[in-house]
Amino acid sequence: MKRTPICFVFLAVLLAGLFAGDILLGSVGLSAGDIWRALAGRAAEGAEGELARSLVRSFRLPKAVVAVAAGAALSASGLQMQTLFRNPLAGPYVLGVSSGASLGVSLFLLGLPLLGASGATEAVRDLGTVGSAWVGAAAILIVVMAVSARIKDIMAVLILGMMFGSAATAFVDILQFLSPEGAVKSFVVWTMGSLGGVSADQLRILVPAVVAGLVLSVWLIKPLNLLLLGESYARTMGLRVKLVRGVIMLSTILLAGSVTAFCGPIGFIGIAVPHIARMLLGDADHRVLMPASMLLGAVVMLGCDIISQMPGSDMVLPINTISALLGIPVVVIVVVRNRKFF
Amino acid sequence: MDAERIYTIELHGLALGYPDRLLFEGADIGFGWGEFTALVGRNGTGKSTLLRTVAGLVRPLRGQILVNDRDLAELTAREVAELISFVSTDEVRVANLRVRDVVALGRAPYTNWIGRLNDDDRARVMRALELVGMSAFAAKGIDTLSDGERQRVMIARALAQDTPIILLDEPTAFLDLPNRYEICLLLRRLAHEEGKSIIFSTHDLSISLELCDTLAMIEGGRFCYGTAGQLIASGDIQQLFAGTSLEFDAVTRGARLREGVK
Repeated sequence: MKRTPICFVFLAVLLAGLFAGDILLGSVGLSAGDIWRALAGRAAEGAEGELARSLVRSFRLPKAVVAVAAGAALSASGLQMQTLFRNPLAGPYVLGVSSGASLGVSLFLLGLPLLGASGATEAVRDLGTVGSAWVGAAAILIVVMAVSARIKDIMAVLILGMMFGSAATAFVDILQFLSPEGAVKSFVVWTMGSLGGVSADQLRILVPAVVAGLVLSVWLIKPLNLLLLGESYARTMGLRVKLVRGVIMLSTILLAGSVTAFCGPIGFIGIAVPHIARMLLGDADHRVLMPASMLLGAVVMLGCDIISQMPGSDMVLPINTISALLGIPVVVIVVVRNRKFF
Repeated sequence: MDAERIYTIELHGLALGYPDRLLFEGADIGFGWGEFTALVGRNGTGKSTLLRTVAGLVRPLRGQILVNDRDLAELTAREVAELISFVSTDEVRVANLRVRDVVALGRAPYTNWIGRLNDDDRARVMRALELVGMSAFAAKGIDTLSDGERQRVMIARALAQDTPIILLDEPTAFLDLPNRYEICLLLRRLAHEEGKSIIFSTHDLSISLELCDTLAMIEGGRFCYGTAGQLIASGDIQQLFAGTSLEFDAVTRGARLREGVK
């Protein structure tokens, strides 16, 4: 009976600890005191203090905030997808939503220079990137949802999602092949996924978009609980399924689309975190699973970021690599145990 | 059937089907209040579609459905949910989902935006579990139950929804014979003691003839309705076996092999 509150306290403490750890650890060794002073705006005099201040305020703190936003966003979106499609292997990455967003971004980042329109300002570029990610994510989601309404076989939907994702990736490859080297390089860096590349201006788009998506996720808690029983049951209990599908779509576009736009495609968080939450809490109620997935997603993402820094070394691994290495075992466990979640 | 029956569901000139295939048309009947009714017919005759149409999940091709004298087409999903609950053939085996939480979902039309249960809701959930004899299973996971137990839980969920009408799509499919009887006896008891109008589709003709107040039958695009005695006397039941190796035996009220079939 006491399991749920204990888990939430544990996750909250872990979140606070890892958030602090993510700011503390990095390739440049800074003491906790330096960081505290930098955050409080009382940085030490001289070049060293100035370095600490700019490092903490314009790099490490935003990066930790991005990690929390991205982790919560991808996990909430993954939970929605799994319940909506009644499929334990669904997630924004697997269903091709992230690939759709990537296609949108690549059309924008690579397509515009190809057309000769490269003189865009930074603000226009940011808005264009996130806007094209939303459109790309929406396009794939509409197709996958339309197909799943006609084909009831969940495996077929999953495979189609992967196919659409691969098709999107193929288009991206063609675009890369056609593009000049400079544009390709910045695009390739984007595809590797990075939490640290998000500027303060981009943060001002990312955070409100993710918060809006998370608010919709909370509104979706009761509808998702009804959808656990299947669409027929949900509708005969008065659920307006069309409206709910629309809200789920909007929420996933805001969550997975925005994160993909600024951090690149990050796999396995959306699919794995809801399962870890289920195993941890032993509950299927979204009133518990939704907040737990958000918290746990933020925790896992912060953990991934700390690992990717390789504390004490100058190397930084792509975040996508770490999230895959952490997420794949969870997916394997889910497949091997073959437990019916739906 | 006496003239003073109160109709809960009335079908007026109802035609069901798909653009390319008509299931049946011209269905004009009324289902009585507090009656336990079986819906029988061969595979593909439209039993399931009829139930789903009355539940508001499918639109009819033509015709009108009245539920407690109100036109179904003009009711909102929420209003329908307070009149009709539905037990579908969807298998619910979600891991970690507890029995009482499944039943509590039946309160969804009445709970707030996040589905918070008040004392009245909780009492209704417990009573629903009691009525189907599943109180002891309240804290168990739905995925750990047997098929028969799970069907009882889904019926409890329909009871928790507190509707005058309950529709069930083949609730006895996949169950063994004793379980089929148990579920049908439970449904009959709920109809007679709780005053629910219960309509369920089934292929168990002999159980239906034995336990149900009335039978509705779809055969060859035609709709028949009446008590077991009426349908046997009119020869309609015999039509279910037309063109097969079986025939209906009015004495045992069951099917038997047609003479000369090897």
